[in-house]
This record gives sequence, structure tokens and C-alpha cells, in this order.
Amino acid sequence: MNNKLTVLRTEQLKAFYVLDVQGTQKVAKAVNEVDLAIYENEIYGIAGESGCGKTTLLKALFNDIILPLRLIGGKIFYRIGWDEEIDVTTLSPEEKRKLRLEYISYIPQGSMSVLNPVLKLRETYEDFIASHVSGQSREEIFELAYKQILELGLPKNVLDVYPHQLSGGMRQRVTIALAALMKPRIMIGDEPTTALDVVVQRGVIQMLKDIQKNLKNTIILVTHDMGVHANVADRIGIMYAGKIVEEATTELIFGQPRHPYTQFLINSLPKFGDKNVRSSVPGSPPSLANLPSGCPFHPRCPHVKEICREQMPGFTQLDENHKVACWLVGEGNHG
Amino acid sequence: MDKLLEVNELTKQYSQGNVIARVILTAADHVSFYIKPAEIFTLAGESGCGKTTTAKIVLGFEEATSGTIVHNGKPQTRKEKVWITEGVQAIFQDPFSTFNPLRTVDSYFHETVQNFKLARTKQEAIDHIDKKLRLVGLSYQEFAGKYPNEFSGGQLQRISIARALVTDPKLIIADEPVSMVDASLRMSIVNLFKKLRDELGVSILYITHDLATAYYVSDRIAIMFRGNIIEMGSVEQVLMNPRHPYSKLLRDSIPQADPKLRWTSTVTLSELEQEEYLRRGCKFAGRCPEVMDICKGVVPADLSVDGVLVKCHKYSDTQKG
Repeated sequence: MNNKLTVLRTEQLKAFYVLDVQGTQKVAKAVNEVDLAIYENEIYGIAGESGCGKTTLLKALFNDIILPLRLIGGKIFYRIGWDEEIDVTTLSPEEKRKLRLEYISYIPQGSMSVLNPVLKLRETYEDFIASHVSGQSREEIFELAYKQILELGLPKNVLDVYPHQLSGGMRQRVTIALAALMKPRIMIGDEPTTALDVVVQRGVIQMLKDIQKNLKNTIILVTHDMGVHANVADRIGIMYAGKIVEEATTELIFGQPRHPYTQFLINSLPKFGDKNVRSSVPGSPPSLANLPSGCPFHPRCPHVKEICREQMPGFTQLDENHKVACWLVGEGNHG
Repeated sequence: MDKLLEVNELTKQYSQGNVIARVILTAADHVSFYIKPAEIFTLAGESGCGKTTTAKIVLGFEEATSGTIVHNGKPQTRKEKVWITEGVQAIFQDPFSTFNPLRTVDSYFHETVQNFKLARTKQEAIDHIDKKLRLVGLSYQEFAGKYPNEFSGGQLQRISIARALVTDPKLIIADEPVSMVDASLRMSIVNLFKKLRDELGVSILYITHDLATAYYVSDRIAIMFRGNIIEMGSVEQVLMNPRHPYSKLLRDSIPQADPKLRWTSTVTLSELEQEEYLRRGCKFAGRCPEVMDICKGVVPADLSVDGVLVKCHKYSDTQKG
């Protein structure tokens, strides 16, 4: 389709939570037949309401599928080296561990849950580095860590304190620095700025963009804040009820959204200088354990047709960079 | 009555540390504002700016170090808490921690109706509750006998607004009511605030860090920074044409949902929060792009510029006072 190199790809990925509730099996379809192809040197944004499965999708992309989450079907490919694509779902735990931090790293929302509260940051760094780098080169890595901290504009003594002594924004920046330390090819951020104040958020986003620019790697960013996506993402996937329903470049998503859900998401945002009445997306998101038939958005959709209640539409490729799964736009490819 | 609520020179100090190294932090520093009937007034700022402290004192949860609160022309003290529940109600950030997970949601409503003797029979109580629920787009049948976990966050937040309405308050204090709610559902909450103001004449003290919804919904706004109100006026004036350098920074840092409006400049983040609190002179001097020598030593006065209150030395030439 185009000549960009795909670093991460999924095929019909299905990851469900299977829970035993009082003897009956409850299945939450958090990631349902997702096909993604994420390129090298781009920031890919995933947007959607809470409970749409975006965090679960990230967990699956990070190849961290632990019970009660189960991989029901599909494959996840990482590109290691130039031509070699490997299906990482089949790897052993030790092989998975090796890929982390070096090939793919994870930035969580609450930085307090990564940094050990009773250790100084230096010791946390040591832990991380020791598990990935052997023997003598550790000191080199540590020197690198100091250099990187200065480059990123963090104070020099930041490693000599405990996590609680730092403000939330500083802690989040240290977490991001740590995630970028081994120059991973892919960095995954799960709402990395959601808990922060706007000015701090801007600083953290600035830092993420700088890192991406320097390393020329891939960042997959999940957030429900469309403003953040508009500011950082190159391409955006809109997720609804475990499925990607629209995917396009940032300009197209904001300029010509085609899926009614995307249109709602964008039009419900208040804008400065415009006091016209804005309505929210009607209704509430469906439960992943009890999805409506057909297109999962149909109970909230103002343009619902008969077929929407019966069958999930496939993707219609509007142009090279824009695909939508909606009956209003086209029949789609079912395959 | 011209002013529904008046807050005068409210100051709250916390002391930190021990006897030898005591640090006094001023969380709210001579904060003054008023709210008119049927008006939405926003108190905005980042975390640690003192907006929640101010709300807590107004609600009587904490005692002010100095300053007064006047409600309906009557000065209020913390001991006479009754005014709070009668004319003033509160909504909080997290609806899931507002309600006890082991109690049905309707029991809160019945309790309030009984405490305020708003109904004589059970049917009257149900009718009264149903009326309030319909204002927020729900009904009694939908919610009777259900537990908090059976509702979504947005629904539960609307229920807590309905609960606040049970006593027919004239003022609702809403502390970050939308920050736990998805952006797509935020509008349903703020649209509700508009409706309460326009149809019932309820005033709302809207405390938030979300300037976009603040612009959309409120009439007047005060921006707080490290315990001080640094700019106050109509939302049009303050947010469309911010005068204080901090208001400008705050306004520009909101990510706009438009890829054409990406940030082009970079920001400097604060040093330790505490250092900014303890700063002499203007608290923003440490990272203000337009800083002058005077800012580092002298606290700027409250100046009136085109009808907007601005606490900045930049404007001291235009007007003395």
C-alpha cells in the first residue's frame, strides 16, 4: 500500500477477559478482531471513551497478556531487525522479558506504580539496567542515564531522591526518561499525561515529542483527550467497544471525520471563542460483556439503518490513509 | 439581593515541618470574590493553586486563618453549619467515592428528604425525588434499589447533582465535577449546569482546571496561582484576551482539538511547588517570560484593567492602586 516500514502489526487480534461469575462464564470482549499496522518513526494515537478496550489493546500490543485476559485468536508481529517479522505471542516468558525496555517499553499513567516508593530513583534505575545489561557496561549505561537526564532538562540530582519527593510531572518525566533509556524501537504510553495539570502536561508532551524526534522510533499513545492527539499524533485510530472503527491521519480525523462516533467525539469538544451549544455523545458506552448486535455503536447512532442492527460493517478504504467501518460510508471488505 | 455569596480576604495557612524548621505555606492568600444569583462563577487553576482549599472553607470543612464569608447578607461562621446544607450544596470530583458502595443510591435521597422534612408521605417523597431526577435526565424507576456500581461514572455524577438539588439550593459548589468523566460525556454535565442556571436560577461555583468547559459554561472566572487570584473578570475577557502572563500560559497550554493549532513554543516547568509558594514578590516571577526586577521583591497589587482584575506589575503604569 505504501512504502513505510511496519514495526508492529496485528492480525485479527482477539483478547477477551474470561471471568467466572458465580458459576457462569462472563466474557468481556475488550479487543475484538483488531488489525493494526504501525509504522516506524511515527506517533500513533488510539482514542476512545473509557471502557472501550484501549488499555487492553495496549497490554496486548506490549505482549503482556496475563489472566484473566486471554488471547483468543489472532497474531501480533514485531519487526526485529530489517526483514524479520516474528509472531511474539509464541515466545517464552524469558524471550518476552528480553524484548521489553530494549525493543518495546511502556509508560504507565500513574508513575508511582512503576517507581518503587522505598528505593531512591538511582536504585530503581540500577534494577532496570541490571536486568538488561550485563557486567562492565553497566557503568557506561549509568553514565548514559545521567547524560540523558541532563539532555531532557531534568535536574542533575533527580536520581538521588525518593519518588514521593518529586512532583507528579517530574516523576512522570523520569518514568519517560527511563522508558527511553535503552533506545527502544517502540514506546507505548497509556494515558501518560492524563493525571497532570495542563502546563505540566504540555511540558511532558514536549519531552515525548523530543524523544521521538531524536530516536526516530515509534510511539503508540493512548488517551481519551482529543486535544492531546491533535497535538502529537501523526495517525489516529478511533476505538469503540473493542474495535477500531476509523483510522486516518490526524488531519483527516479532525478535518473529515466519517464515522458518526468520531464526529461526535470531535464535535462535543468545547472550543474557545465558540459558545454555541454542544451536545455530548448520546447514551453511554456498551458493556464489553454484553455487546449489542451488529455495529456496536448502533444504539447511540443518529443515522442508524436496518443493516447496522444486524451486521458489523467491514472497513471501507476511502483513500490510502483513511479507513472507516460504517455502513453509511460503504459496504466494506468482509474477509 | 445583589450578591448571593461574598468571600472577603480569605486566608488559609498550613504549617509544615517541625519546631526547628517550620515552614508556613499560604494555601489561600487574601482571596476575595462574590457570586451573584443565577450565575456560574469559575475558580480555575492548576493543582496546588488553592482552589479546593477555598471551596473547603466555603463549605465549612476547614477553618479559615482569617477572612469572612457572607451568604445572603449574613456573615457565616463554621459553627453555624446549617446554612450550608439548606441553601448551599456540594458536588465532588469522584462520584464513586461520594456514594457508599454498600448502600443503594436512592437511600441517600430519602434520607435527605426526611432530614429536611420535605415530604409527609412516601409517595410525596418519591414524587419529589423523581422531579429532581428528571432534571438530570433520569427517572425514579431507573434508579430505585440500585447500587452505585450499577451506574456509569457519568450517570452517577448526574445522580449526585440530582441529590444536591433535593433541598432546592440556591448555590451549588462543584469541585472538579467533570475531571473524572470522559471528555465525550463532560458536555452532558456542563450543559446541565447551564440548564440549572437558566431554568432554576441556581448559582454555581465551578471549580476546575479545564478552561475549555469553563469558557463554555461560565459567566465570570477567577484564575488562581499559588494561593492568589491573579486575574478575574468575565470569561470572554479573561480567556479570549488574557492579561496576566500566567493566564496566557495556562490558556495556551490547553491542547486544542485542531491539528492546525499545535504548540510551536516550548514551556519551562516549575521548580519545586513549595519554592513557588514561599517566593517573595510575585509567585510566578520564577518562570514568567515577561519578568521585571520589581516582580522578584514586591507583591503586585490588584489592578483593574478594562474591568478585569489583574495582579501583575506589568500593568502598574496604567493605573495606580
